[in-house]
Amino acid sequence: MPLDANLKYTQGFFGGVTTAKLNQEPPSWCPHGATSNDLSILCNDSSLELSEYWDQKFSGDNDEQERLLMESSTLYVGNLSFYTTKEQIYELFSRCGDIENVYMGLDKIKKMGCGFCFVEYFNRAEAENAMQFLNGTSLDDHIICTDWDLGFREGRQYGRGQSGGQLGDAFHDDFNVDRGGFGKQAQVPVNFTLSSFVRGPVRWT
Amino acid sequence: MIRQLKESLKSNNYNEAVYLVRFLSDLVNCHVIAAPSMVAMFENFVSVTQEEDVPQVRRDWYVYAFLSSLPWVGKELYEKKDAEMDRIFASTENYLKRRQKTHVPMLQVWTAEKPHPQEEYLDCLWAQIQKLKKDRWQERHILRPYLAFDSILCEALQHNLPPFTPPPHTEDSVYPMPRVIFRMFDYTDDPEGPVMPGSHSVERFVIEENLHCIIKSHWKERKTCAAQLVSYPGKNKIPLNYHIVEVIFAELFQLPAPPHIDVMYTTLLIELCKLQPGSLPQVLAQATEMLYMRLDTMNTTCVDRFINWFSHHLSNFQFRWSWEDWSDCLTQDPESPKPKFVREVLEKCMRLSYHQRILDFVPPTFSALCPANPTCIYKYGDESSNSLPGHSVALCLAVAFKSKATNDEIFSILKDVPNPNQDDDDDEGFSFNPLKIEVFVQTLLHLAAKSFSHSFSALAKFHEVFKTLAESDEGKLHVLRVMFEVWRNHPQMIAVLVDKMIRTQIVDCAAVANWIFSSELSRDFTRLFVWEILHSTIRKMNKHVLKIQKELEEAKEKLARQHKRRSDDDDRSSDRKDGALEEQIERLQEKVESAQSEQKNLFLVIFQRFIMILTEHLVRCETDGTSVLTPWYKNCIERLQQIFLQHHQIIQQYMVTLENLLFTAELDPHILAVFQQFCALQA
Repeated sequence: MPLDANLKYTQGFFGGVTTAKLNQEPPSWCPHGATSNDLSILCNDSSLELSEYWDQKFSGDNDEQERLLMESSTLYVGNLSFYTTKEQIYELFSRCGDIENVYMGLDKIKKMGCGFCFVEYFNRAEAENAMQFLNGTSLDDHIICTDWDLGFREGRQYGRGQSGGQLGDAFHDDFNVDRGGFGKQAQVPVNFTLSSFVRGPVRWT
Repeated sequence: MIRQLKESLKSNNYNEAVYLVRFLSDLVNCHVIAAPSMVAMFENFVSVTQEEDVPQVRRDWYVYAFLSSLPWVGKELYEKKDAEMDRIFASTENYLKRRQKTHVPMLQVWTAEKPHPQEEYLDCLWAQIQKLKKDRWQERHILRPYLAFDSILCEALQHNLPPFTPPPHTEDSVYPMPRVIFRMFDYTDDPEGPVMPGSHSVERFVIEENLHCIIKSHWKERKTCAAQLVSYPGKNKIPLNYHIVEVIFAELFQLPAPPHIDVMYTTLLIELCKLQPGSLPQVLAQATEMLYMRLDTMNTTCVDRFINWFSHHLSNFQFRWSWEDWSDCLTQDPESPKPKFVREVLEKCMRLSYHQRILDFVPPTFSALCPANPTCIYKYGDESSNSLPGHSVALCLAVAFKSKATNDEIFSILKDVPNPNQDDDDDEGFSFNPLKIEVFVQTLLHLAAKSFSHSFSALAKFHEVFKTLAESDEGKLHVLRVMFEVWRNHPQMIAVLVDKMIRTQIVDCAAVANWIFSSELSRDFTRLFVWEILHSTIRKMNKHVLKIQKELEEAKEKLARQHKRRSDDDDRSSDRKDGALEEQIERLQEKVESAQSEQKNLFLVIFQRFIMILTEHLVRCETDGTSVLTPWYKNCIERLQQIFLQHHQIIQQYMVTLENLLFTAELDPHILAVFQQFCALQA
């Protein structure tokens, strides 16, 4: 049965993303969610691979960190709007399995949302669903990125940037209304250098 | 390869087996295998239809394996052995005519036959093969690289397949479930593009098979999957986007369950929209419109999946949709499928964003279908509540909670609450007292209303009080009732609180089941959140049983390893270690039995309540002389179906009990039909 309405299904609906925000890949300072572009079909689980991030504050060695990450059923979720609520995260991530806990990332000083969270599932398989199917999709009009995490411990919910939020939020110079406006560095004229708190491969948390 | 085929069949790996048979068939085309020996194998396959006392699904599979290979090799086989093939065909036709199809209504996505009949999969395949035969096996879609090398291949040495006896049926054999072929498009839907092959053409079968195969291979990697789908060879001859959308929805709406997790299809479709922004979104929008138009006859479980898909999809595209196109639903009875669908979609959209956002993008005419603002309802909050019993205690509690009281302090405040059910206090002081539960739960949840975090903390901090108040079955039910009164505007909160209460053992699964069928919930009985809670509860129960079974297995293995080590080392001292482990195994065994019993009880309770509520409706309709088929009835009977379908593996264990206790011959035929269809699924 042909639909005359065919004509009005223009690019606006469902496709031809028009707003700049949705076109935005995770900012360059957030290396997550970048699945490999070459279609290596033989490599079936590239979406589950570990990213380049290593937690600098982890007290064991890299091998142990890698082992924990390969077994983890906790995910780090980044590039959230500061206004995204736990309720929204529950709704989205419940589509992949039963959630055990959600820990919202907080600005260390303001104790308010600063754009990341941890989602804990009861088992690894359900966490894998989230890595495979939610990474790189939209929540609250932001393309979120997910990555394996070592597991929540008290203290890990705080941003590690000097101004209280995430490290990366200090340095971007575009205006992002959902991530605190301009980068903190632009806002607060403090003289600090990159090298003072970056060691090795970077994740901007 | 024949050995591999036998192994696949023995280990219930039927997908692999079908591919092996198809591969062998193609080897006939390459002149590697002699056609007559393939015909002999197919003779053996079809002879399974003569077996007695085996499940129909076993016979079905062998017929399917034979028929589905014919698009590849039918021509060759017919050219070489037409008489034998005709005999096999006659046998097959005979079987297809006499096999029973009780299961079909349970698996159909739509109950209507128009515009596209929902055919049983073997019937459809048979029609397709018949047509192919009539067309003298002309088939142009399958890639046949061997044709280019025919002159060389036809001189090669041919081999005969060893005689193949299908492995016999055993207790452990589990055969694939029957299917219904999902169709939503035909050639009239894309008048400008290439013609879509008809529903009984073998091209349709081959294209769909190939697309399903691509999804099966790449579903974990959506970018690869999407790329493979859109680069399907021969795509210029067919309306590929229509086929892709149809195949994806076929899987998403498949009953009993989609082959893969629902969310995969959502993100796959988003990926496809990104890859083909100029063409695929229009087809998808057209499909959405068509699904909406046919909501009246769509199976409730499929409507649930449609709601979840559509809301999640919209959330990735700023909720842009032409809602006014669906204004027809505004004048319908709010309980009918279309307005219900829109209401549920908007509620899910709100959960993925926030209330004001919904009000912003929904046209004013649709405001009646917008979800309520998810606020808490506190009955002791305003002046008019002064006269309510327990009001003063509620105020007292509020003060206590705010000043970080302990569980003991709360207990002492609650001690003074009179019990409306009794004339004088009984000695224990903590028997079921609905008023105590009321003031405690109302006040605490109201104070913790700000967010999930606050509510979870409240449950954790005052767990002791909750456990005590909810000790009896009536207590559990009342806790759920009061919680529902407080949060009836916020179904998501209700769901997470029920989840936490089960996990912290404040209530048990049976209490939740009874609460769902209680009169307090009758107004919301057809709402999606209620069924999500029930299925989530059943899943928790199932996972709990599996977990303890696993613990038991591990303990047994540990003991076995210890025994082996002992016999190796001849070490007497480990006798003592054995004792502790054996005790643990005994305890775990008891735990497993008790959990399995609780699980069975949960299903029995649910089925019993369904039977009661449906019988009530049927009897009332009979006495009033009204039609049975109200929107409520359709919803309810399909919810009963959904219990069977979604948990069929567990329920298979209870068939005898169900047949003897609940689904007896005296039951109303409407209800009994559901049970009989379920039995037919693996019969």
